Amino acid sequence: MLNPKIPTGPLEKKWTNYKDHCKLVNPANKRKLEIIVIGTGLAGASAAASLAELGYKVKSFCFQDSPRRAHSIAAQGGINAAKNYQNDGDSVYRLFYDTIKGGDYRSRESNTYRLAEVSANIIDQCVAQGVPFAREYGGLLSNRSFGGVQVQRTFYAAGQTGQQLLIGAYQALERQIALGAVEMYSRHEMLDIVVIDGKARGVIVRNLITGELERYFGHAVVLCSGGYGNVFYLSTNAMGSNVTAAWKAHKRGAYFGNPCYTQIHPTCIPVTGDHQSKLTLMSESLRNDGRIWVPKKQGDNRKGNEIPEEERDYYLERRYPAFGNLVPRDVASRAAKERCDAGYGVGTSKQAVFLDFSDAIKRYGRIECGKLGNHHPDAEEIRHHGMEVVKEKYGNLFDMYEKITGENPYEVPMRIYPAVHYTMGGLWVDYELMTTVPGLYALGECNFSDHGANRLGASALMQGLADGYFVIPYTIGNYLADEIRTPATPTTHPAFEEAEKAVAERINILMNIKGAHTTESFHKRLGKIMWDKCGMARNSAGLKEAISEIKNLKEEFWKNLRIPGEIKEMNPELDKAQRVADFIELAELVCMDALAREESCGGHFREEYQTADGEALRNDDRFMFVSAWEFKNGNGWEMHKEELKYEEVKPTQRSYK
Amino acid sequence: MEHYTMNLTLKVWRQKNSASNGRFETLEVKNISSEMSFLEMFDVLNERLVNEGKDPVAFDHDCREGICGMCSMYINGRPHGPWHGTTTCQLHMRAFKDGDTIVVEPWRANAFPVIKDLMVDRTAFDRIIQAGGYISVNTGNAVDGNAIPIERYKAEKSFAAAACIGCGACVAACKNSSAMLFTAAKVSHLALLPQGDPERKTRALNMIAQMDKEGFGSCTNTGACEAVCPKEISIDYIARLNSEYVSAAFLQDEEKE
Repeated sequence: MLNPKIPTGPLEKKWTNYKDHCKLVNPANKRKLEIIVIGTGLAGASAAASLAELGYKVKSFCFQDSPRRAHSIAAQGGINAAKNYQNDGDSVYRLFYDTIKGGDYRSRESNTYRLAEVSANIIDQCVAQGVPFAREYGGLLSNRSFGGVQVQRTFYAAGQTGQQLLIGAYQALERQIALGAVEMYSRHEMLDIVVIDGKARGVIVRNLITGELERYFGHAVVLCSGGYGNVFYLSTNAMGSNVTAAWKAHKRGAYFGNPCYTQIHPTCIPVTGDHQSKLTLMSESLRNDGRIWVPKKQGDNRKGNEIPEEERDYYLERRYPAFGNLVPRDVASRAAKERCDAGYGVGTSKQAVFLDFSDAIKRYGRIECGKLGNHHPDAEEIRHHGMEVVKEKYGNLFDMYEKITGENPYEVPMRIYPAVHYTMGGLWVDYELMTTVPGLYALGECNFSDHGANRLGASALMQGLADGYFVIPYTIGNYLADEIRTPATPTTHPAFEEAEKAVAERINILMNIKGAHTTESFHKRLGKIMWDKCGMARNSAGLKEAISEIKNLKEEFWKNLRIPGEIKEMNPELDKAQRVADFIELAELVCMDALAREESCGGHFREEYQTADGEALRNDDRFMFVSAWEFKNGNGWEMHKEELKYEEVKPTQRSYK
Repeated sequence: MEHYTMNLTLKVWRQKNSASNGRFETLEVKNISSEMSFLEMFDVLNERLVNEGKDPVAFDHDCREGICGMCSMYINGRPHGPWHGTTTCQLHMRAFKDGDTIVVEPWRANAFPVIKDLMVDRTAFDRIIQAGGYISVNTGNAVDGNAIPIERYKAEKSFAAAACIGCGACVAACKNSSAMLFTAAKVSHLALLPQGDPERKTRALNMIAQMDKEGFGSCTNTGACEAVCPKEISIDYIARLNSEYVSAAFLQDEEKE
């Protein structure tokens, strides 16, 4: 059994107790300690900035051309915080409880509670930085609802919350760069962790412009490199989002936690064809006002607005009256799949459902007309004013939908379908966010810690910033306090030599395959295997097939890959090939984990384990644990377990009915 | 929406690295669907080039949903192509018709040197932010979020400026390669908020100084930047920046006393 190092004491006192008793590093010593931060999304930028403010010497790395591009920027809908500004009964406990329940009782209570506890500080910090959150006329902060909860606790900045939060963290980071406290390396990709005497002591990175390998020392290494959704090829992740940094850490001894927990988001723009390179999310916030439906008749080919009200099946409202369109993502996605599989899907592919705003436009239109003193408005007036309101709330999302599909969602219902969006699984970390390699930390989406088997909407931004602003500044000190006597290791140390040599050899091998098929073609094939057999619904036979297909694909990849160009130059095809090579290895582990977990929970749905009405059926007796996989060089993986102990919450069959 | 396929002629800027000279290369692409994005059309082209043993066209891109600001193609004489308020990644092929010739160049500005083909170095923008594009507040010093009420219209105006994605289209469109719209957006975003007030003077002065140092040109108010900005940032913010700058410059000595 793995030890998560959870502090003793009652749940609500654990974090305070920890902070009161963890070791500290005095300011003079902080100046001598170096920290490497990989990735500049919400977790990475906030961690790098906060650690530099404390006085540590920080080196920050990202593969994009600027730290401001990290994929946190694309988050649309919002960030949760237990502020209870709406006086609707919210509290730290409720945010904690909703997150635990939303995660289908597969997350660690102490981490999730801490997340809820620091959530309010995040909003304060962001406001102080000048993040322009949405406000009411009285000048105070505005909130909206998100899935899986019954209070309004989501703060937002139109449909660009991720951008505004990331720019806030980016600006804090740039300020530290200007002060000389952070050295920034953009267009650099981490390709290995250097471990000396069992501790993480540095990284090997590739300068993507020159192709040169470079070595950097750190007393600690903090990974903030995001999730691995692109293992499915098509996802809402950015094209460059990858598992490489986390995977290299895994191969150097960091256990990988719950890899099979992947989130399929219910509201994305459907696939149009084989040329498709990525999928685009339509924010969950749209489910505040949009109603999801399919025709009551199978194979109905009429346009959405030609189908009369009585012939529509608002299946989420029908199945889940208590939460309606705002059920959690895993539930909404499976319900959409169920309707489409049963033949009720819409659009040319029949792999889509409607997300309809006509009722919201009418409702808001009547209210606005009332405000103007027009108590007998005609349909056109209602529509005009209603559209104004919907435009103000969701205008940028509607514009994006129209650019991609060529359809005007104010006129016809949106067509949406689930798509891979987020990965709850990731590097296993203890309460201090340290992996199983001492001195190596994982923050944000690249760790497994807070969301269990399903993440609630608007909680990823919360976790990234909680980890970076408010957790790591304390927990890393507890480790570094014992490192103040450790001088910086010169990068000529044999461990650096060995790591760089291994990276160079791997690149050489890849470049010299000189086969017939492009990286893209292998990535597409991998994605198809994963989506078909390890996607929204999984079963034993399919997973076994997937594992054998992935093994074959891996063999073929290393025999028949073609990469153009040279090593020592800007070579995006080589960058991609290295990432896909890692995705192929990870894919096997994801399927193994999915096969081993003989239950359904959250985003992990095994067809063999479901209730009579098709809901996920957990098996708490056998699977109340985190699976943490150890990489056995050349010998597959060994599963370790972290038992999940629920002291505060009593796990029940999750119900949103 | 009717879908169709098209054959196109591309004239693409090819340049091995920042030290070498570039040139246009003519490339044909066939059977492009009107449903594809502009970058997916480039994916098809690059797949073919790799299969033919040729060097694919290097271009910057990441989120492909119009928000990260990484994509940067100068298409038929216009940054991000023909659609208003749209990034290259959100431009779709139904903007073109069968038989079209499309000219694709990188951003052209002294302050944005070409790295390879259509990729340029935009780190000058990061350095402008480093000169003052932030509020100096360390983590943990914040008061309650609602302790700072902000008039809604000011919050909205600030947000509209903060919508800048730092893509550099404004610079690419400007005959002077000026970075005024980018700088103005950041100065305005922060100056419109009470939190940004204490540093507004040094911010305006220092960011402008850095802009000049990076080699961006001056603003002559042609409005090309506003016309091509994918986030439709208004040129009014440049007026606001000028006013911030002038008041900071005039009051500078007084502040020092």
